[in-house]
Amino acid sequence: MANSTLTKQRSAALQSSVALKSAMAVTGGILVLFLIAHMYGNLMVFGGQEAFDDYSHHIREIGEPMLPHGGALWIIRVVLLASLLIHAYAAFALWARAKHARPAAQRYVVRKSAQSPSRRYAAQTMRWGGVIVALFVIYHILHLTTNHIAPGGASDSPYERLVNGFQIWWVVLSYLIALLAVGYHLWHGIFSALATLGVNKAGRERALRLIATVVAAAITVGFLVPPFSILFGLVS
Amino acid sequence: MNITLRVWRQKSRDVEGRMVTYEIEDVSPDMSFLEMLDVLNEKLTLQGEEPVAFDHDCREGICGACGVVIDGVAHGPETTTTCQLHMRSFSDGDVITVEPWRATAFPVVKDLVVDRGAFDRIIQAGGYISAPTGTAPDAHAMPVPKSDADRAFDAATCIGCGACVAACPNASGMLFTAAKVTHLGMLPQGQPEREARVVKMVNQHDEEEFGGCTNIGECAAVCPKGIPLDTISQLNRDLLGSLTSASSE
Ligand code: HEM
Ligand code: SF4
Ligand code: FES
Repeated sequence: MANSTLTKQRSAALQSSVALKSAMAVTGGILVLFLIAHMYGNLMVFGGQEAFDDYSHHIREIGEPMLPHGGALWIIRVVLLASLLIHAYAAFALWARAKHARPAAQRYVVRKSAQSPSRRYAAQTMRWGGVIVALFVIYHILHLTTNHIAPGGASDSPYERLVNGFQIWWVVLSYLIALLAVGYHLWHGIFSALATLGVNKAGRERALRLIATVVAAAITVGFLVPPFSILFGLVS
Repeated sequence: MNITLRVWRQKSRDVEGRMVTYEIEDVSPDMSFLEMLDVLNEKLTLQGEEPVAFDHDCREGICGACGVVIDGVAHGPETTTTCQLHMRSFSDGDVITVEPWRATAFPVVKDLVVDRGAFDRIIQAGGYISAPTGTAPDAHAMPVPKSDADRAFDAATCIGCGACVAACPNASGMLFTAAKVTHLGMLPQGQPEREARVVKMVNQHDEEEFGGCTNIGECAAVCPKGIPLDTISQLNRDLLGSLTSASSE
């Protein structure tokens, strides 16, 4: 008896807010690992057109001949898309729960944070910030992957797409805004994911927050270096 | 000092409430916040008005009854309970806004008084150990490492005041739940029921319509007992452990 009740309780706990948040943390982690790999790839632009186009060509050959051409890339794309969908689903589910837990009619007349404003801002912008990041991901894929949006001219060479696009100031500006949003999202997100997965312990919180700050900053800067280098003519 | 108070007045659970402004003169800086409310209530009673209902019991910071949101912060500007907050933390002429805890799980009973029964039901779901009572066992019969004992004791100091819920943008009760899970989970007596406890308490927490934790940290920043945020991480670890061990059974 006691055991079957516990089994039932366990399956209920699979739908709990903690489980939702863990799904968000794991999928967020997958996306962060992807971002780091992606950033590394982008920096190859400094090796010149050949190196960059070779790299772009290479990722389509991973696993050949076991996998068809572009096969590994498609597996990665499916995993990333699934991660993004699960991540967003969990985010909206928790958002809805929070709205129900304190509906608009019960909002405080006066509200003040007891924490430092910068940290609070990062934590509080996770939801709308996440929506901005999602919109950016769509724009970005249309721009550099499918080339449906081609400011500065479309091209079959990934290197030329990049250079054509980032010579235009407002393209660089749009990426700047998006990457600051990503950086903010990850500043809280990386700490939050580690805490959610049980890594936070007494005396470790500062270290975890530091790791989150460093990784978030590295990703933001690492992604911004190529566009700005192109804008300022260091790469052409 | 002279103080202007804006207080939430609400006759009962299902009627609409509103902010009402009162002037209070000759407040001593040595008064506690609750004594200042007592002064207001004496005045209101003499004027034939209904006094402001607020919850309180020990007035020494250990029962957890007295929580209100003062100027947007749970328990006000000092990290302590409202009963241990003194008027010297304010200045002459201040306008102070006082509101009840706001959460679906903590319905307002009257004015500043909310029903925190949801916390009791979380404890009932698993926040205890099933051990026969009797005479106290010998202190050295069950050795506990000092660091574990300290962490268990720190977590056990939670007074169930609900400030964590009040301060949380998600209205989550996870810090309270985690304090209890951590307290019992650090001790040998808590081990037999450890996996079941966390599962049942988290389920009850969600059933009570608290929001989910997103590690924002407002809870720990206002907690009068300094329950640390990492207790929530410990709760998560216990829950994820319990869920994964279930599949291997
Ligand atoms: C490149 C894409 C993204 C990455 C790398 C990413 C990464 C992360 C990480 C690591 C977390 C921490 C998980 C946790 O709370 O334990 C997180 C949280 C979150 N993400 Fe994302 N995310 C991305 C896109 C999105 C999108 C598109 C949305 C919106 C639909 C979103 C909304 C959220 C929300 C609401 C949280 C929880 C906020 C909190 O913990 O306070 N994210 N994200
Ligand atoms: S965790 Fe802190 S704020 Fe929350 S109920 Fe316990 S003592 Fe109050
Ligand atoms: S009245 Fe008991 S803690 Fe304030």
